[in-house]
Amino acid sequence: MTELIQIKDLKVHYPIRSGFFNRVTDYVYAVDGVNFTIEKGKTYGLVGESGSGKSTIGKAIVGLEKTTSGQILYDGKDVTKRSARHAIGYNKDVQMIFQDAMSSLNPKKRVIDIIAEPIRNFERLSDQEEKKKVKSLLDIVGMPEDALYKYPHEFSGGQRQRLGVARAVATNPKLIVADEPVSALDLSVQAQVLNFMKRIQEEYGLSYLFISHDLGVVKYMCDTIAIMTKGRFVEIGTREEIYTNPQHIYTKRLLSAIPKIDVAHRKEHMETRRKVDQEYHTLQKEYYDEAGRVYDLQTLNATHQVALRNVESEGV
Amino acid sequence: MSAKGSLLEINNLNTGFRIKDEYYNAVDNVSLTLAKNEILAIVGESGCGKSTLATTIMGLHNAQNTRIEGEIFYKDLDLTKLNEVLYNKIRGNDIGMIFQDPLSALNPLMRIEDQIAESLSYHTSLTKAQQEQRVLELLDQVGIPNPKRVAKQYPHELSGGMRQRVIIAIAISCKPPIIIADEPTTALDVTIQAQILDLLKNLQEETEAGIILITHDLGVVAEMADRVAVMYAGQIVEQATVEELFTNPQHPYTRSLLNSIPREDEFEQELHVIEGTVPSLKNLPRTGCRFAPRIPWIAAEEHEENPELHEVSPDHWVRCTCYKHFHFRDEEGEA
Ligand SMILES: Nc1ncnc2c1ncn2[C@@H]1O[C@H](COP(=O)(O)OP(=O)(O)OP(=O)(O)O)[C@@H](O)[C@H]1O
Ligand SMILES: Nc1ncnc2c1ncn2[C@@H]1O[C@H](COP(=O)(O)OP(=O)(O)OP(=O)(O)O)[C@@H](O)[C@H]1O
Ligand SMILES: [Mg+2]
Ligand SMILES: [Mg+2]
Repeated sequence: MTELIQIKDLKVHYPIRSGFFNRVTDYVYAVDGVNFTIEKGKTYGLVGESGSGKSTIGKAIVGLEKTTSGQILYDGKDVTKRSARHAIGYNKDVQMIFQDAMSSLNPKKRVIDIIAEPIRNFERLSDQEEKKKVKSLLDIVGMPEDALYKYPHEFSGGQRQRLGVARAVATNPKLIVADEPVSALDLSVQAQVLNFMKRIQEEYGLSYLFISHDLGVVKYMCDTIAIMTKGRFVEIGTREEIYTNPQHIYTKRLLSAIPKIDVAHRKEHMETRRKVDQEYHTLQKEYYDEAGRVYDLQTLNATHQVALRNVESEGV
Repeated sequence: MSAKGSLLEINNLNTGFRIKDEYYNAVDNVSLTLAKNEILAIVGESGCGKSTLATTIMGLHNAQNTRIEGEIFYKDLDLTKLNEVLYNKIRGNDIGMIFQDPLSALNPLMRIEDQIAESLSYHTSLTKAQQEQRVLELLDQVGIPNPKRVAKQYPHELSGGMRQRVIIAIAISCKPPIIIADEPTTALDVTIQAQILDLLKNLQEETEAGIILITHDLGVVAEMADRVAVMYAGQIVEQATVEELFTNPQHPYTRSLLNSIPREDEFEQELHVIEGTVPSLKNLPRTGCRFAPRIPWIAAEEHEENPELHEVSPDHWVRCTCYKHFHFRDEEGEA
């Protein structure tokens, strides 16, 4: 079997409470019925609107968010329920690099304790071995050794993000949910971290769920890409399909908004972007239902799916 | 670098953090100017001192652990000499800051609407009802869907990008003449990013604000900036207009940075990385060319003993002489 993770009709709805009795008055449909499969040794990209539910999917997979309904299968076994996870070592095999580097690092702990924490949960190492391991992890993410005994606030934004990467790979996991793993890094350090992620993928057959707003990085890293808005997928395809043959208007809009390093033509670029934006607004009705919800995915070919109105089933 | 008509003028600024009993400069002798209506981008290696520079301008360092030397002139006021009461009047009203780490810049226990209204009630004379109206307006401007719902929510209930937009709403709420934006759009999808960048440009048209834009995204720099300053290890190593910087980069660090951009259709190849690592603040080389250890194949005598900024063409400044002899390791030297 090549599937590592299968997500089936996943929904995560958050209650909104308000009023005097703090009653639940409404729900945020953060994730509203998504299906996808992450294969062993592959990188699955998740891109889309800010607030569309990408981090929520990631957190549901690592078990930090309760699912409202749907199923998560790991190596064919149902791990939707917490109790099912322990027995098969799921919590060691599946790690996450968090989007908000600062708030995911305990401010009162030193770097050595932060990075060693997941190791301590699953392995017994001597102090010497542990220190050696943490040092090698720091080295991999390009941080100097004397970081060991410092606290998170003593680091820059990008340095903290690298600490998060080092911690996630510490237990040799099988899947890493990487939520914006390089967004705070300069290009050279970003290249270093991405090279590293690819290298350990080849070596250990690791899989990634790679969440990012940087479409250049996604293009470089991902085999399959899903585009998301409003809690649902609007398009799934291979790298080539998404970048050279996008079908959904939202995907097109996203691609047209990528900033370009071409100072001489920045006016023209802005105009093109505004034109696609305009088109997006006029064509809205054809790509979303009356309630503004994304349609179900239609299959174009074995790898390419797009959310369009199903004309046949409506008998038009 | 002339200071005529500039909105902000920074002269020989040093910001040092105390480690044990010594101070180590994270911002080292930086001089910069920002003109009205200008967007000055600052790019540089992670940890090179960009945020420290921004927070120094905002007066956010505590005197116990930080040493600040030099001058920051805003309207004949030297901000480094300002007391806390006066600084509070300037922050938000005259200088708005978009922080890099949105979650830690927001109060976790306060509803979004109250956090935005706080700044409004401090700096404006709007009535309560007007404030409420303005809060919804601001949330809408930064592209938050359903502003009414989000106004009532708490920071932890928002996505990363929504939090970032709340910070942007607070920063622009009083239409300050100076905006410092530290990675303002990293957590945003590119369509919202474009919308925020448009918003900043429109705001600038209205108020002639000067904007300092700190970002790692060279695409954003190319689309937005008028001028660019490149920092490495606390110092400015290159400064030029945006066209000049991208078409004629000179400093070895700038050239190496541009070389790390993931290229189209090179998925099988490793990305270019600058050799070596940035030393920690305490172990930064403080003499000679700070970039020299990262390009060891360039002979020592090509570097200056005390690297200075040289004006290589009008308004294009480059530190150290090594740029004249630089080539990538896998290229032949031209010398
Ligand atoms: N604890 C919570 N309570 C209520 N709503 C929440 C909570 N956490 C997230 N949400 C809502 O769920 C939606 C999806 O959030 P999520 O963080 O998954 O977005 P995202 O796609 O990761 O966005 P970004 O790209 O900005 O990080 C948002 O509308 C957010 O406000
Ligand atoms: N409070 C502090 N105490 C000690 N050292 C600090 C402190 N804050 C920052 N530093 C150090 O100062 C240097 C500059 O940090 P700064 O946050 O300004 O970098 P930056 O250029 O903004 O980086 P990034 O692009 O990663 O955000 C770094 O070496 C960092 O480790
Ligand atoms: Mg997120
Ligand atoms: Mg920073």
